[in-house]
Amino acid sequence: MNFEFSADQMQLKDIARKFLEKEEAVKRARNVLEGEASYDEDLWAQIIEMGFTATAIPEEYGGLGLGYLELCVIAEELGRSLAPTPFSSSVYLATEAILNYGDDSLKQAYLPGFASGEKIGAFAHSESNTSPTEANINCAYSDGSLTGTKIAVVDGDIANTFIVTANNGSGVGLYLVDSSSEGVEITEQSTLDPSRSHASIVFNNSKAIELNSDWSNVQNLLDRAAVLFSFEQLGGAEACMDMAKEYAMGRYAFGRSIASFQAIKHKLADMYIAVELARSNCYYGAWALSTDAPELPTAAATCRVSASQAYHECSKENIQTHGGMGFTWEFDCHLYYRRCRQLAANIGSQAIWKDKLIGSLERANQI
Amino acid sequence: MDFNDTPEEAKFRKEAFEWLKANAELKEGPKDSWRASSEEEGLKEVKIWQKKLHEGGWACLHWPKTYGGRESTPIERVIWGQEVSKFKVPGGYLEIGQGMAGPVMMMYATEEQKERYLPPMATGEEIWCQLFSEPAAGSDVAGIKTKAELDGDTWTINGQKVWTSGAHFSDYGILVTRSDPSAPKHKGLTFFFVDMKSPGIEVKPIKQISGGANFNEVYFTDVKIPDSQRLGAVGDGWKVSLTTLMNERLAVGDASGPDFQEAFSLARGQDLNGKLAIENDAVREKLADWYCQQSGLKYAKYRNISALSRGETPGPQSSITKIVSGNKLQEIANFGLDMLDSAGILRSDEEGAEQSMYQYGFYGAAGIRIAGGTDEILKNIISEQVLGMPQDMRADKGLPFNEIPTGNK
Repeated sequence: MNFEFSADQMQLKDIARKFLEKEEAVKRARNVLEGEASYDEDLWAQIIEMGFTATAIPEEYGGLGLGYLELCVIAEELGRSLAPTPFSSSVYLATEAILNYGDDSLKQAYLPGFASGEKIGAFAHSESNTSPTEANINCAYSDGSLTGTKIAVVDGDIANTFIVTANNGSGVGLYLVDSSSEGVEITEQSTLDPSRSHASIVFNNSKAIELNSDWSNVQNLLDRAAVLFSFEQLGGAEACMDMAKEYAMGRYAFGRSIASFQAIKHKLADMYIAVELARSNCYYGAWALSTDAPELPTAAATCRVSASQAYHECSKENIQTHGGMGFTWEFDCHLYYRRCRQLAANIGSQAIWKDKLIGSLERANQI
Repeated sequence: MDFNDTPEEAKFRKEAFEWLKANAELKEGPKDSWRASSEEEGLKEVKIWQKKLHEGGWACLHWPKTYGGRESTPIERVIWGQEVSKFKVPGGYLEIGQGMAGPVMMMYATEEQKERYLPPMATGEEIWCQLFSEPAAGSDVAGIKTKAELDGDTWTINGQKVWTSGAHFSDYGILVTRSDPSAPKHKGLTFFFVDMKSPGIEVKPIKQISGGANFNEVYFTDVKIPDSQRLGAVGDGWKVSLTTLMNERLAVGDASGPDFQEAFSLARGQDLNGKLAIENDAVREKLADWYCQQSGLKYAKYRNISALSRGETPGPQSSITKIVSGNKLQEIANFGLDMLDSAGILRSDEEGAEQSMYQYGFYGAAGIRIAGGTDEILKNIISEQVLGMPQDMRADKGLPFNEIPTGNK
């Protein structure tokens, strides 16, 4: 059995980790949080330079032609370091939508730009404070143009290419709209995690390209992205566990290191268990994504639920372990707490993914 | 990343499967497992099967061949376990001997003793138990009081052990005693093996919350043990005990009982408030959580097997597995009974009945969370041995044992 990343993949992970540490990605996340910029342009340029955006794009479209396992290890490190860039929107969602549902000319036109970073994508899906369904999506497409409003579009004010869900009269599918199209109005929205930019977008008869997709493809796109988001969540969760441990080891109260108290030790053990379960489920997701396995819907929902739970557990208990200092603006605990919430919201709620998980198991078990 | 065997692993798997196929019956389904009509009957069948395993060269895989083993690698043990689980074969009774007493005998007994005691342990002819816990020494097992006094070449043992699985049908036991009560807790212990038929040993079953009696109290009254049956130096009993405690944590694995699949099937067939239970969102949420836990444990195990396959040391999976699966079982059992609404309180002892499966889980999970290291002790192990956090401050450190308060006051 070889249920592990290869030596080359682990080396790539190590390179990504050291690069993001050297570039002080966490500090950059704080700068974006506190400043006016929507993302860290310099870090983004370096990520492109490293080839990370080109990882899973085939060579014929200007990519590196590596696989999804490589993308998974990069995602984990981006999550660990809170890298404030539009990587997830552009790579896990927009690139994947074009790669899987675009025709060859669209791929030729867009993918080299996504690989080189000239194109930045965002996924415009939510329209209201309820989960998007095929019935409640009001954005409408007809005759080459799209009309409607999307909210909480991650990286919406950074992207130049939108992948939009809209109804063409017979169902909901995916559409591509350039930000430069007529009638596109982008308004930045303030959020719980200002280290990542969000926007509302109004499309008013904006020129749109139809991707070869229906609602099941929208779900497939979310499933594929869920595996990669799970790795970001896993990296974040583990970072919180490590922070909590390090702080507890060096913090003394009642004459001893607080890491010697069982209340703290058991808290850390619970975090460790959550992280280990999430990591194992993420590997399952990575395997399913990289092999195009029929189990992908189950595997994606499993790792998404498990990694969301682990990050929630670790980011909140990291603050708790730090005591009062964990509640200050000065300490980094809140950066992770915010990012945990941002990633949990990004592609749909925990309740929806749990429901999807049981739904996929029901279908798999049908006789 | 794949789930495939290496060529050597595939060859071993094929060999194991073919031997099993020639010597045992394949299970018809996952629930088609071996069950004995009584403990005596079970013991008899286990001994017959173990003899067959030994003759075929499949007994005590990890042991040296000299003592009846196969000298298999850890990954081969895992593969054997996977293959044997496809067959309806007897199990139980022998694990404590082969998994805990065997390794300690190999480390500390004389060559003559190994040749005398290990082969019958491998063939299943002689059964061993482990005499560690006491009424005042559970999680704090180094706090045992059973007294050992040396006179010439003979030790005299007085005291009481508890939670001894299988003491009533065991031929021998491994025993930890206190030989010097004035030394600090971990220093004054001495380890032996003892003939369970020795005069002065009395075994009394403990009735459990399930009504069954898998464990015993074992009383020692002036029991004589020759000094030649001491394992390790006088006063080194704690060090010797650690060998077996490590093995115990490896031996106690996944909690057996209803898991996600059973709860999922139940919810798909059970009416709840006029609809199928599976359509209820609260039910779906619980099921999703259990699926994620089960899946996480499964793939953690695969990661560990992969580490073994590469010849690396596996992670602390067994501690995590026991904590997660024990708690999951307790919740699933409660769910299974809750699905029956008010009737979930009614007892059904009909064998194989769904209700009785959840009842056993309801009782059993409470025991699993304690046996072989409580949840709390396992979390200490994770935080100390995996995360490297410091030990808790101990009020008894360095004190002579006989000045330390123990047990219930």
